[in-house]
Amino acid sequence: MVHPFLFLQFLRDILTPILFPAAVKAGGEALKTAHTSVDTITYTWLVMAILIILSILATKGLKNMPGKLQNFMELIVGGIEKTVADTMGKHGLPFFPLIATLFLFILVCNLVSLLPGFYPPTGNLNTTAALAIIVFTSTHVVGVKEHGFSYVKHFLGPVWWLAWLIFFVEAIGHLSRVLSLSLRLFGNIGGHEIVVMVFFAIAPFFAPLIMTALGLLVCIIQSIVFMMLAMMYILGAVEEAH
Amino acid sequence: MDFLSACVIAAGVTMGLGSLGPGIGGGNAVGKAVEGVARNPGASGKILTTMMIGFAMIESIAIYALVISLIILYANPYKEAGLKALEHIAK
Repeated sequence: MVHPFLFLQFLRDILTPILFPAAVKAGGEALKTAHTSVDTITYTWLVMAILIILSILATKGLKNMPGKLQNFMELIVGGIEKTVADTMGKHGLPFFPLIATLFLFILVCNLVSLLPGFYPPTGNLNTTAALAIIVFTSTHVVGVKEHGFSYVKHFLGPVWWLAWLIFFVEAIGHLSRVLSLSLRLFGNIGGHEIVVMVFFAIAPFFAPLIMTALGLLVCIIQSIVFMMLAMMYILGAVEEAH
Repeated sequence: MDFLSACVIAAGVTMGLGSLGPGIGGGNAVGKAVEGVARNPGASGKILTTMMIGFAMIESIAIYALVISLIILYANPYKEAGLKALEHIAK
């Protein structure tokens, strides 16, 4: 499934031979996959550029009486900080940079998809899997840092003679978190993209508008859900074993 | 029935049955949330955020079904074997 038209399409011809020389030689299906990957990479760069330029512009001349842009950014960052403080309590503040970065990156990635001719990087399973692996790894690093060796108690349950069974159940549960986090985001955004594409094929002028309006809701809610789940997982690792 | 039409039917059935349960569950969740807001309108903000999180969880089950049907349609691991078996039967 290759997007019909993208604004950064011209970068495909430049980047594909550099990044995927084998796929160019093979052609056909492999070339299509390589094109999708290159689109994901270029649009991730675009999202990074948007975020970096916005934050530089907003923090260039910080004032006591904030201007329009500074006010807007303060509202967003303050809102995230309040959510982190509400959900994680006193443990929350050290993880604010991680959570806020995840939220802002996913939000901008999702919102980019609402513009025609833009490909959402979160509509590719590779991006969402990378984000989910970041959350998974940081969860366990935080747990080991906080509890040391006794972090193992999180996986062993309350009674010692059932520990071997609980360990496997917990391990499967922790591994499936990566799967569910990545598939949820990918399915929502990728599915929305396909639905808009199908509606566009049926009636190009008015029909996609309805799905795009619904998509705005989906984009915002999914980024909030990802942030919330990341916070819950980290909180679960920080707290004492039950 | 040839391989491709079997794939298309399987994808459609997956999506239909897969969204049946989440539809019932989501309806339950929203109904209870509305009940809660009607009893205590002051707690509507907290109920809304909790419902949204839970709703995303419920919805993700339907999304798994969507991913499975997309795999069946676009990235079927048994495509080669299925087409080869069909050729064999045709002979």
